[in-house]
Amino acid sequence: MMAMYDKSKLDEIEKELKRWEKECLGRSIETLPERDRPFITASSVPIDRLYTPLDVKDWDYFEKLGFPGEYPFTRGVHPTMYRSRPWTMRMFSGFGTAEETNERYKYLMHHGETGLSVAFDFPTLYGYDTDDPHSEGEFGKCGVAISSLKDMEILFAGIPVDKISTSMTINGPAPVVWGFYISMAENKGIRPDIISGTIQNDILKEYIAQKSFIFPPEPSMRLIVDTFEYGYKELPRWNTVSISGYHIREAGSTAVQELAFTLADGLEYVRAAIERGLDVDKFAPRLSFFFNAHNDLFEEIAKYRAARRIWAREMKETFKAKDPRSWWMRFHTQTAGVSLTAQQPYNNIVRVTIQALAAVLGGTQSLHTNSMDEALALPSKEAARVALRTQQIIAHESGVTNTIDPLGGSYFLEYLTDYMEEETYNYFDKIDSLGGVIPAIKKGFFQKEIADSAYRYQKEIEENKRTVVGINDYATEEPVKIELLKMDPEGERRQTGRLKKLRESRDRKKYESSLDRLRKAAEGDENVMPAIKDAVHAYATLGEICGVFREVFGEYKDLAIF
Amino acid sequence: MKKIRVLIAKPGLDGHDRGAKVVARALRDAGMEVIYTGLHQTPEMIVEAAIQEDVDVVGLSCLSGAHMTLFPRVVELLREKGAGDILVTAGGIIPDEDVPKLKEAGIAAAFGPGTSLEEIIEFHKKNAGK
Repeated sequence: MMAMYDKSKLDEIEKELKRWEKECLGRSIETLPERDRPFITASSVPIDRLYTPLDVKDWDYFEKLGFPGEYPFTRGVHPTMYRSRPWTMRMFSGFGTAEETNERYKYLMHHGETGLSVAFDFPTLYGYDTDDPHSEGEFGKCGVAISSLKDMEILFAGIPVDKISTSMTINGPAPVVWGFYISMAENKGIRPDIISGTIQNDILKEYIAQKSFIFPPEPSMRLIVDTFEYGYKELPRWNTVSISGYHIREAGSTAVQELAFTLADGLEYVRAAIERGLDVDKFAPRLSFFFNAHNDLFEEIAKYRAARRIWAREMKETFKAKDPRSWWMRFHTQTAGVSLTAQQPYNNIVRVTIQALAAVLGGTQSLHTNSMDEALALPSKEAARVALRTQQIIAHESGVTNTIDPLGGSYFLEYLTDYMEEETYNYFDKIDSLGGVIPAIKKGFFQKEIADSAYRYQKEIEENKRTVVGINDYATEEPVKIELLKMDPEGERRQTGRLKKLRESRDRKKYESSLDRLRKAAEGDENVMPAIKDAVHAYATLGEICGVFREVFGEYKDLAIF
Repeated sequence: MKKIRVLIAKPGLDGHDRGAKVVARALRDAGMEVIYTGLHQTPEMIVEAAIQEDVDVVGLSCLSGAHMTLFPRVVELLREKGAGDILVTAGGIIPDEDVPKLKEAGIAAAFGPGTSLEEIIEFHKKNAGK
C-alpha cells in the first residue's frame, strides 16, 4: 500500500488545522455561531465542518480509485464515460392500455429519449390478467396492463426493438413477461440475440421492500437462475437482472442500507447461480443494478462510487471471476419519488435536477427523472417532457460531462465513499450472522431496519430537525393548479374484450399442451424459459401461466412488521 | 380512559407500505393500540379483522389509485355487519377531487401526501371512541 501523503506533510497539516481552529475559526464562531440544528445527511449521517487530507491519510490511490474502465472501477466503468456517449435517457413509463402507453413511448422518443422503460400495473406485477377478480380497481393505474403476447405487440407496435433497448420493471412474473417481449420481437422477425434490454427480476428486494412478490423465495430463486442461464445462451445482450436498491430506499431506508442490502442481494444471486453450476464469468457480465438518487448530493455520489468498488472486489476476490466485465457494476438510476411533494409541485423540478446531477456525477449508465406531478398522479405528457429535458440540460449545458469522475479526490467525497463502504461491510456481517439474505428476510430483519429508518426520517421532519420546503416550512395555502394525466375511460373495457377474444380464438389444443409442458418443467428441474415461450406463442395469458406456477410453487405472504 | 384501538389496513394489490407503517407506529407511540393487517387485504378481510379486534378506527392506505373502488366498500361492509360506528379514514395518493366523493361514501377523513403525523394523531384523539 502506498499512502498519498507523506507523514511530515500530514503532521504539518494537523498542526495548521489546530491553529486554524483556535485562531480563525474560534474567533469567527464567537460572533457568528453555527446553526444549532444537526449537520446530517438525508440519511442522518453526521457531517463535519471541514475535511482535509487527514481524513484520507492512509489512502492508496490505486487501491481506492484506479482509473476508469479498470479495477476497482470507483471512477467509472468505461474509460471514456460521457465523453463518448451520454447515459441512456430512459423514462419509466406506462399507464392504462398498451395503445395509450405505446403513444407515450413514441412521444418520448420523438423528444430525445434514448431507451425505453416499461411500468406495469399492479395486476401485471402480481401475474394476474386484467379480468381476474384480484385486479378490480387496479387496471392501468400504476402502469400499463399486459396480459398476453397480443398486448405486448400493441405496446411495441412501430417501435424498432432491434435498435432501442427496453427495461422492464417486472419481478414475480419476470420470466413470463420476458417471454412476451422475446416472442413479440420474434414475431417482428427480430432474432433474440439481437435485442437488448433488462428485466428487473430481483425478487429478494420484493420481499424486503417493493412487495410485488408472488412465490416463496426458493422457487423464485430457481426461476431467476433459469433466466440467467437462458440469457447468456440465447440473449447475450440482455441484462437478466437489475439488482435494485431503488425500492429499498423508497420504502424508507438510508443510503447505506440501500447500498448494503442491494449488494447483499446481488451476492446472493451470484451464490445461487454458482451453486447451480453456472460459470460466474458467463452470467456475471449481464448482472446490472438500479439505485435511487435522493436529495443529498454528496451522499448519493459516494454511494455509487462505493457500490462499484465493493462489487468489483467481491466478484474478483470472493467469487474469483476472471473476466473484468464480471467485476464491473453497471447501473440505472431513478430520482427519488418519495422526495416529491404534492404541495407546490413545480419545486419538484429542482429536486429532480439535483438528484439527477448526483446520478451523473456518480457515473450512472442510464437515468430516469421523475416528473413534477408524480406525488399527485402518473406523469402527464408535459411533465414527463420537462423531466426528460432536465437530463438533456445536464448532459449538454452543465459541463459536468466533460471530465470523468469530476469529484474524485475531494477529501469529503472520498471520506464519505470510504464510510459507505465500511458501513456496508458491517451490514454484510450482520446479514451473515442471521444466516444469509433469505433467512434474514424470513426473520424480518431488513423490513424492520427500513421501517425504523422511515419512522426516524418522518420524526425528524415533525420535530423540525429537517426542512422539507413547502411542507414543514415555506408552506402556502394555495391550491395545486396543474393539469394531471387523464386516462381513456374505455380502456379497461377494451382490454377485457381483447382478452376474451384471444381466449376464444386461440388454438385450444396447442394452448393446453403448452401449459402441460410448462407444469412439467416447473415441477422438474429443467429450465422453464423454453416452456414459457411455447405457452406465450400459444397465446396463454400471463394469469394462466402464473396460475400454473402458483399451483406448483405456492404463494408468499408478507410479514406485517411495522 | 380506554385506549383508542386502530386497525391500519392495506387493501388491494398496492405494495407501498411506508406510509401505513409510519402512521401505525406514530399512533402506537401516541398511546393507541394499533393492529396492522399487512398487505393484499380484501375489503372483506379488513372488515372481519376490524370487528374481531373491536377497533374504533380503520385506517385505509392505498397509493395505487384503486381507492375509489376499495375504500367505500369497506364502509359499506362495516355498515352491513352492524359496525357502522367504526370510523374509517383514508391515506395515500388521493386527488383533491376524490375527497368529497370519499366523504360522501362515509370516509371520515383523507390524509394525503405531506400530512403531518401530529394532525393524524390529533384527529384520532378528537374523533375516535366517541
